[in-house]
Amino acid sequence: MRTRLMRIDLEARSAPSPLLEILSPFAALLGAIFIGGLVIAFIGKSPVEALFVYFLEPLGDPWALTELAVKAAPLTLIAISLSFCYRANLWNIGAEGQFVMGGLSGGIIAVVTQGGVGQETLGSWWILPAMLIAGTLAGLLYAMIPAFLKVKLGASEILTSLMLVYVAEMILDYLVRGPLRDPNGFNFPQSVPFDDVARMPFLMEGERLHGGIVIAVLAVAIASFVMRRTLFGFDVALVGSAPKAARFAGFSDAKLTLAVFAISGGAAGLAGVCEVAGQIGQLQPVISPGYGFAAIIVAFLGRLQPWGILCAGLVLALTTIGGESAQISMKVPLDMTRAFQGILLMCVLAADVFTRYRMRITFARRG
Amino acid sequence: MNIEIIELILITVLTAAMPLVIAAIGELVTERAGVLNLGVEGMMIMGAASGFAIAIMTGSSALGVLGGIGAGVALSAAFGVLTIFLAANQVATGLALTILGVGLSGLIGSGFVGMKRDAIAHLHIPGLSDLPLVGKLVFGQDPFVYAGIALVFGVAWFLKKSRAGLTLRAVGESHTSAHALGVPVRRIRFLAVLFGGACSGLAGAYLSLAYTPFWAPGMTAGRGWIALALVVFASWRPFRAFAGAILFGGATVLQLHAQAASFGIPGQALTALPYLATIVALVLLSLNKRRGAVAPAALGTSFIPER
Repeated sequence: MRTRLMRIDLEARSAPSPLLEILSPFAALLGAIFIGGLVIAFIGKSPVEALFVYFLEPLGDPWALTELAVKAAPLTLIAISLSFCYRANLWNIGAEGQFVMGGLSGGIIAVVTQGGVGQETLGSWWILPAMLIAGTLAGLLYAMIPAFLKVKLGASEILTSLMLVYVAEMILDYLVRGPLRDPNGFNFPQSVPFDDVARMPFLMEGERLHGGIVIAVLAVAIASFVMRRTLFGFDVALVGSAPKAARFAGFSDAKLTLAVFAISGGAAGLAGVCEVAGQIGQLQPVISPGYGFAAIIVAFLGRLQPWGILCAGLVLALTTIGGESAQISMKVPLDMTRAFQGILLMCVLAADVFTRYRMRITFARRG
Repeated sequence: MNIEIIELILITVLTAAMPLVIAAIGELVTERAGVLNLGVEGMMIMGAASGFAIAIMTGSSALGVLGGIGAGVALSAAFGVLTIFLAANQVATGLALTILGVGLSGLIGSGFVGMKRDAIAHLHIPGLSDLPLVGKLVFGQDPFVYAGIALVFGVAWFLKKSRAGLTLRAVGESHTSAHALGVPVRRIRFLAVLFGGACSGLAGAYLSLAYTPFWAPGMTAGRGWIALALVVFASWRPFRAFAGAILFGGATVLQLHAQAASFGIPGQALTALPYLATIVALVLLSLNKRRGAVAPAALGTSFIPER
């Protein structure tokens, strides 16, 4: 009996192909759109209409463009900081929890100072900066838990950082339904609305664009500088690609782990405060539509490169907005967006393989 | 406390532990072959959604269970192709699988929210099932519980005593040595990944067809992640995974009772308990690790054979 067997072989390229590195995210996006279209067709909707609603319609609508920037800002800020972790081959997947803790801590300051409390002598100028600092610190400290457990005890940072997401969500839920609840809020589980002094400055009168967007773009520029021009950036990349060489060169694993977790936790916390002080304006039981998880996809779609991440943040924000309008106009469940994001990440990872390897498929004959 | 209450508590602990047992045993085999699949949560919830949807549409629980297993296998196959044949990063691919699974399960389940069907029937052997204390515990469970326990024993035997199990462990310890001996490393890893997917799908189907016989979005509530932690906690050994799952099942039941009794502890604190317990378990294990409980040496690394 003769059977034909397929054999897949990967050959490492001596150097990653620069052209393919630029093309691969686009190929991945096209692949994901194709597979996503199949899923849409499978649930009995028109893939062509979906393509239009998800990717093209928002681009022609000024309101949606504003919304795009508002949603891309936290995604980019978190993803950019996660890219430090992932470059060093460390897996902080709990940014969602660090985001929540940041938003909560900043929000507590806003709630406590609401109505002019504590502003008799100093005035109110310090409230927003204090919120931003508190949020950043809270996210940073929360990320230190998995980092310390990893460094001191060798516990898997993947699992501990993820478990802490659930814990953070429960802490926020408890506080917003309990001690932080607005006493005049008709028993709704939400805090008092923040005063204007505790809100992010808006870029334009009557617009939704807030200062968080500026922070996100700044973070991209800073990260780009740190990764390319500093010893720390080099260290991160070296530990990720050649851990033995890095150890031999005298870089400390433990310090680096703490540092990249501090960066990612701090930035996620900052993104959390920007969200509550920018677009929400009060504390609610849920303050993130999954930014911390979507940011993981953004980081990889952007190939862990700062400016690539900025573009990827916009793409992911587009799918979220498109998903919201598809829910209304096409009655496609919101879960489609998440499924698409999962497909997209898988396509990105698959496309990435071809930048590093040549694939050879042979059909071997076996007697 | 009388005997009936003790029996009832033991039964609820065992059933709460069972989805963790089944999913953890599957992931244990996958990891023993050297592959870390972080997509357990995604495969599990797809198993729950597909299993329930198919059971409602066909009216057959058996087909539902098969559908759940099939969904887990399908997702794990995608993971296997990417990580084993294309050498994609296992951590990132596993995360993608979870995100995909949670999203797809929502799509599949959206038409079935709020529907109810009878839970899969429990075994009943006249006489034996009516024995005090052990009757219902040993002779009156649903088929999943027996399947789960059989899995634990079967996998323990397979890994320790069978030749195929030895080969699988060799692949997980050193793929280069195994390859040099002519072992088809990638094929064995792929099969181990599929087995893990099947178990996760089965664990999901258990949730939506027997444990709480309905579909709710996000109903796995992190059980897949806890199963992953259990594998580490168990030092990659089947019976320890079973014992760990029972401990967690116990914690879950305790938490439910504490919420019902409301001792003035906020419900959120109790809900967070299993997740905190997982962290504590991982920390305890790490302390223990210095005394020789180690992961498969090749865990999480890709194998690319030389031509």
